[in-house]
Amino acid sequence: MPLTINGHDHDFAGDPRTTLLDFLRRDCNLTGTKKGCDHGQCGACTVLVNGQRINACLTLAIMHDGESITTIEGLGTPDNLDPIQAAFVRHDGYQCGYCTPGQICSAKAMLAEAASNWPSFVSEDLSGAVRLTREEIRERMSGNLCRCGAYSNIVDAIVDVMEREQ
Amino acid sequence: MRPFAYSRATDLDHAARLAGDGARPIAGGTNLLDLMKLEVETPDALVDINRLPLGGIETHGDGLRIGALVSNSACAADERIRRDYPVLARAILAGATFQLRNMATTAGNLCQRTRCYYFYNTDMPCNKRAPGSGCSAIGGFNRIHAILGASDACIATYPGDMAVALCALDATVEIAGRDGQARSVPVRAFHRLPGDAPERDNILEPGEVITAVMLPAPPGGKHIYRKVRDRSSYAFALVSIAAVVRMDRGAIASASLAFGALAHKPWHDTRIDDLLTGQAPSDALFDAAADRLLEGATGQGANDFKIPMARRILKAVLREATGDAT
Repeated sequence: MPLTINGHDHDFAGDPRTTLLDFLRRDCNLTGTKKGCDHGQCGACTVLVNGQRINACLTLAIMHDGESITTIEGLGTPDNLDPIQAAFVRHDGYQCGYCTPGQICSAKAMLAEAASNWPSFVSEDLSGAVRLTREEIRERMSGNLCRCGAYSNIVDAIVDVMEREQ
Repeated sequence: MRPFAYSRATDLDHAARLAGDGARPIAGGTNLLDLMKLEVETPDALVDINRLPLGGIETHGDGLRIGALVSNSACAADERIRRDYPVLARAILAGATFQLRNMATTAGNLCQRTRCYYFYNTDMPCNKRAPGSGCSAIGGFNRIHAILGASDACIATYPGDMAVALCALDATVEIAGRDGQARSVPVRAFHRLPGDAPERDNILEPGEVITAVMLPAPPGGKHIYRKVRDRSSYAFALVSIAAVVRMDRGAIASASLAFGALAHKPWHDTRIDDLLTGQAPSDALFDAAADRLLEGATGQGANDFKIPMARRILKAVLREATGDAT
């Protein structure tokens, strides 16, 4: 069965060692997803698999046939930005931009997790409704590093998206 | 990464048979693939168990049965876990990141390997990675290393959080073997001390596959998971404590404590629980509990700080658990 990537079918028939990240970049020519550390520490390779964010560097392409993958290329277009992309532009949520595709995919899934009431390490009440404070957003985005240090603007962008959605 | 043969398990027996022939089961893969890239792990074959029916959290007697493939995220988000076993949800949420917890599984988390720097560095001797080659951490950089239960062969720690909470909850690991065999092992007895065979982290035998983790009936009481680490998110513990403490009329009716990042396994000492049970909380009692925990504790130099730190954190956790949050 093919992998469905941004709505298009892609067959995988390569070396089993190929990570999902390398398959996306090298074989599918979807180079929006970035390789930072290649060890699950930086989050630059964050993509959505069946709607959940994961590190594409720490999983094998061969394990994902039949699954639905969304990369940054699947979230918006230059003429029709995803609301998170637009907010990153408005708030200057980047400098060099290398971590940005991962940040945006991560933020997309993070908002869905919060809407599903998933708690985080900093949630005081495990059974209460999740309220995305800045502290909560920082904790929930801690798997995405930004070496330029655009963190405060990234949090601003995510808060902006939340406020516009309400 | 070294080449390997990949196969997808068709059923549990198939997985066990391949595992018995040397294949490494892979589920989330977050730790295994990382180590394979570094060639710390060099399996000839992987058996992908992701599509076996080992998911879901089901009621089991008065407790819960957590399938081996339940992701760390799903486990920590489960309403029953959050309500009845909050120490487990807290411990899981204290580890890694959302991305990693979405991939990492219950069974895989139990089997994660040490973060000893020398285990990761294939240029250096390490008895866990290359038995008989020596331990570079003894006399080397050992800030994150064990103060309890270490041996001359290895001073590595078990790095995880989830298993520490499972020890406090006295959960059980359900294991399938070849030819339909099965056994259950308390989590407290699942991980090993290094002794002279530090290459073995746990009691799993070739051909065995974890199928589930069973939680006993909800223990009630106050649940605390306290983790001290070098940064406030996405870091391994320097010291962690899982505590489940029930009070009755001013005295400790029951206490179950487990400790992370102090030893080659999540540390549990029934004598600490027994010492606390039936007693009125006091500073002297908490010191006695810390004395018992740290009986025989040995620093390696750079990790000496863990000894007073473990005492202070234990006392703080016990103060909070018994009602005095100061």
